[in-house]
Amino acid sequence: MRLAVELASWGFILLGSFFTLVGAFGLVRMPEVFARMHSASVLDTLGVGLLIAGMCLQAGFSLVTLKLLFLLALFFFTAPVVTHALAQACLHEGIKPRLVEDRRGTAGPRPSDPDDGRQP
Amino acid sequence: MRYVSLAGLLFAFWLALSGHYTPMLITAGALCSVACVFAAIRMRSADPEGHPIELFWGAITYFPWLFVEIAKSGWSVTKVILHPGLPISPTMTVVRASQKTPAGLATYANSITLTPGTITVEVNGNEFTVHAIVRDGALDVEDGRMDRRVSRFEGAA
Repeated sequence: MRLAVELASWGFILLGSFFTLVGAFGLVRMPEVFARMHSASVLDTLGVGLLIAGMCLQAGFSLVTLKLLFLLALFFFTAPVVTHALAQACLHEGIKPRLVEDRRGTAGPRPSDPDDGRQP
Repeated sequence: MRYVSLAGLLFAFWLALSGHYTPMLITAGALCSVACVFAAIRMRSADPEGHPIELFWGAITYFPWLFVEIAKSGWSVTKVILHPGLPISPTMTVVRASQKTPAGLATYANSITLTPGTITVEVNGNEFTVHAIVRDGALDVEDGRMDRRVSRFEGAA
């Protein structure tokens, strides 16, 4: 039993490290700011989530586990807000995302903000 | 009811983080929780938006579902990053959100951003502008599966 928990914990930690590495790798590899944000979100969801899950198994039922879970919740509520703020700031600064396809006009309702209908 | 649950939660949070259980400190923690609730009432943040207890039961099933979605799309973005050809096809799209409350809309927008591969770039009323790293991701958001799931979570109140 002890061994199984230990193995699962290390499995989670190794997987989390793998996704963190992949996220960092993508951050360097992607061509522009909007694409980079996507690889950062692999890092702060899968990477952080699996690392914290592994650490929870290491800590067992204790206050440390509870604090780790608070940390995870904090990440899950703040990470999207920060990503959204960054992306919106980039768009408002006039950085145009390089797009293969712009479905803003065709997909759904027309954007009511005329400033928003820019073509890439 | 909302105020009582907020005070209870704050006190539980305080107990979990303090680690000191002398009567004097516990009393201080309880008083602080109540004072915080009064401050929140005065700041008008102890409302259905700031402390949405109605969403609690929905959240129990919603978050595991979201974790599975994150894992699935995280894996597909990982494959894109590690693919030698870096096959990205960035796409922007507009989706309409069907949620009615601010908390529901925020949950949907955050869920889109939280799943790797899609980012909510702009929120305009109930229209979200979404940037996706691959075209299929944009089509998946347009499909509205997550929208319906979040609406169900909101309606489970």
